Amino acid sequence: MDITNLTFLFYGYSAAWIIITAFVLMLVSRGRRIDRELARLKSLVEDRDRS
Amino acid sequence: MREKAVYVLGLLAAFVMIFNLNTVFNKLPDEAMQGAVYRIIFIHVPAAIDADIFFTVSLLTAVLFLVTRKFIWDSVTVSCIEVGTMLVFLNLVTGSIWGRNQWGIWWAWDLRMTSQLMCFLLYLGYLLVRPAIAEPTQKATLSAIVAIFAYADIPLVLMAIRLPNVRTQHPGPVLETGNLAPAFRAPFGIGILALLLMGTALVLVRLHQETTRREIDSLRRELHAA
Repeated sequence: MDITNLTFLFYGYSAAWIIITAFVLMLVSRGRRIDRELARLKSLVEDRDRS
Repeated sequence: MREKAVYVLGLLAAFVMIFNLNTVFNKLPDEAMQGAVYRIIFIHVPAAIDADIFFTVSLLTAVLFLVTRKFIWDSVTVSCIEVGTMLVFLNLVTGSIWGRNQWGIWWAWDLRMTSQLMCFLLYLGYLLVRPAIAEPTQKATLSAIVAIFAYADIPLVLMAIRLPNVRTQHPGPVLETGNLAPAFRAPFGIGILALLLMGTALVLVRLHQETTRREIDSLRRELHAA
């Protein structure tokens, strides 16, 4: 088996997995940010309603 | 329910992907001319096909938003476009790596590759410009129009390797011409299914975030109004 072709095959699949993983991590981090913001705003609304 | 669907789809996608990778790497022989590197097509082509599926859904939902004015359609549009754009990027990068090995160059400005790059840039533009508009109805309306406009590039991408009198560096179609070896067809189809399942799970996650964001916007307006 040609070693150059194997190297490029490794590059190709590595790049694919890096892109997918980066996208999933971006989604997770954004999700956490959104959840924190929602909780903060809900507590602000509750504070306002109480006062 | 939504969370359950995401987990089921994600697990199913992982199972199908592992099964397919095992077939592609351990069972399929090397291709006569390309050696081992041809295996990139089992992720490169499914990524492009699935991106086109998500973009087609985004076109339909963009039209549905303009007709019904229901924000759920706008949320589906942006979710599908985000996942589709990631898949097109994956397609471009893996294609470029394959091209460097097979042609000796990273990129060729032929019709297929250029139109696919245009597709990526058009949808990336959609995602970058969208947050700049604050008013929700205006944002959703303009986004729907841009999504419909961006889709106009997809037929060009599909036709680029099928047009007579147009020579491209990119290989011609293999599925409908029967140039794909019978042993490669099943892993090819399963590759499409695996990325489609994964993409659908990601769309559902993104859709939930978009719904939560609308809730945040309405809470912000409520607080400002008080």
